[in-house]
Amino acid sequence: MNLRIDLQIISDWIPDGARVLDLGCGNGTLLTHLQQRNVTGYGLEIDNSKFADCIKAGVNVIQVDLDQGLPQFADQSFDFVILSQTLQAIKRPDFLLQEIARVGKQGIIGFPNFGHWQCRLQLALGGHMPVSRTLPNEWFETPNIHLCTINDFEQLCKNNNIAVLSRSIVNHKHKDTLGTRLLPNLFGQVALYQIKPQ
Amino acid sequence: MPVIIPADSVGLVSPQTLHIDTPITLDCGRTLASYDLVYETYGKLNTDKSNAVLICHALSGDHHAAGYHDMDDKKPGWWDTAIGPGKAIDTNYFFVVSLNNLGGCKGSTGPTSINPETGKIYGPDFPIVTVSDWVESQSVLADHLAIQQWAAVVGGSLGGMQAMQWAISQPERLRHALIIAAAPKLSAQNIAFNEVARTAIKSDPDFHDGHYTAHNTLPRHGLGLARMLGHITYLSDVAMGEKFGRALRNDTINYGYDVDFQIESYLRYQSENFVDRFDANTYLLMTKALDYFDPAKEFNDDLTATMAQIKAKCLVVSFSTDWRFSPERSNEIVNAMLNAGTDVTYAEIEAHQGHDAFLMSIGRYIDIFQTYMQKIAAEDGDS
Repeated sequence: MNLRIDLQIISDWIPDGARVLDLGCGNGTLLTHLQQRNVTGYGLEIDNSKFADCIKAGVNVIQVDLDQGLPQFADQSFDFVILSQTLQAIKRPDFLLQEIARVGKQGIIGFPNFGHWQCRLQLALGGHMPVSRTLPNEWFETPNIHLCTINDFEQLCKNNNIAVLSRSIVNHKHKDTLGTRLLPNLFGQVALYQIKPQ
Repeated sequence: MPVIIPADSVGLVSPQTLHIDTPITLDCGRTLASYDLVYETYGKLNTDKSNAVLICHALSGDHHAAGYHDMDDKKPGWWDTAIGPGKAIDTNYFFVVSLNNLGGCKGSTGPTSINPETGKIYGPDFPIVTVSDWVESQSVLADHLAIQQWAAVVGGSLGGMQAMQWAISQPERLRHALIIAAAPKLSAQNIAFNEVARTAIKSDPDFHDGHYTAHNTLPRHGLGLARMLGHITYLSDVAMGEKFGRALRNDTINYGYDVDFQIESYLRYQSENFVDRFDANTYLLMTKALDYFDPAKEFNDDLTATMAQIKAKCLVVSFSTDWRFSPERSNEIVNAMLNAGTDVTYAEIEAHQGHDAFLMSIGRYIDIFQTYMQKIAAEDGDS
């Protein structure tokens, strides 16, 4: 099975046999993949329309509203808490980030970078809210209510005493290029972070 | 009124009776020297006996969960929406066992049975049984059927509590527990509703302290009231509003105390219909079994430690407008399971039907239920 490259990067960060919590797990693609390496845990998802896919794959999926945080989970109870492409749809990303750092020994967070040059150009010259491949919705219908840039995210981590262990910035094809390496906030479309409370 | 049996029905079925001579000591301390369990089965048990599913019934349910007893039946069994060929619990694959619980009034030993010690019916002297007692007696039925391990134990409401109790107290004997529209224990409000129902029954002059049969009568009024109250708690405000609204029975209000609104007429019909098919002492017993259910009590009220006993994989389902056992109550179950590391999947189904939703054919619910059962069948095939 070919995994989307951002999920592949996340998967590479997770050792065999780890215990994980996947926040906003959708149809359970990542957990299904990780199961092959004896990774166990739960997927949390508010929308139960794709639960049948999770059940078929044998993924434990729990219907939960992430805006409420993770009060049901004890401190440091998972090796990894993963939040992929969901941070921007959360009411209080700062609160959820703290929750991830509380529940997980490490956190993995992936989000679309709003600082990408195309977004900047559309707003600066086009004078309208950016629409792109990674952010395809119009402003009035988007579930993405808290978009941020790579710089914003790193600042948020700093403010919350969260250390960045590793970072992977890729373009819309989820490839790593010279641009994404030199000027990540300008050329990166998807940002992935491995974090840990300090 | 003969029915044409639908292709997805288990068809005509007949109950069987298992007479058990091994005494059972109940949680209340009393012992039944012998007892009967009435049950039905649908589908075929496979050679390695790995495809058996136990159905646990709720307060007023019985062993007749699917199919028809004869061609004159107006309605199929109580969970025919979920059990049958090609349905969520697919009888083309699974062997389904459904029994009337001990203390019931549909053929298993209960308050309406003859007490062998006295030669008279038990009536109110039948011991109160608990959910744990039911699991114990159901495991005797499993032994009789040579079923070492259920593929799944499935139930809604009080039936879901039995599925949960199975997973906690007999962890090796089931691979999956499906706990639908249940709660880890009753709230004060739940118990209060049960107490009103019991008071309605007990204060009926025809109740005679439970010895109504000896007086050749029935507490029709009290049991009817109890059922009316129960029925209100099974439906949501929305469901009742959609079904009846403020519709009048005769297009006009009467300025009197007889039936004006359709909802009144419906509740009266439900209560009268119920009195003829259910025993008042059994109703009292079932409500007590609900009130007493509290599996965490054995584990210092630690629900996580309780759920840590479980080896089965669990599916927990709740319904958005269920206010008898609301989604919050299912969340308590699930959160304890998450902290115990139990394999669990949880879905809250958007449904307007209230508590009764668990009996209905609701798309998303049936989809998840069916997919889960298919996964069980697939795992069984692999092993």
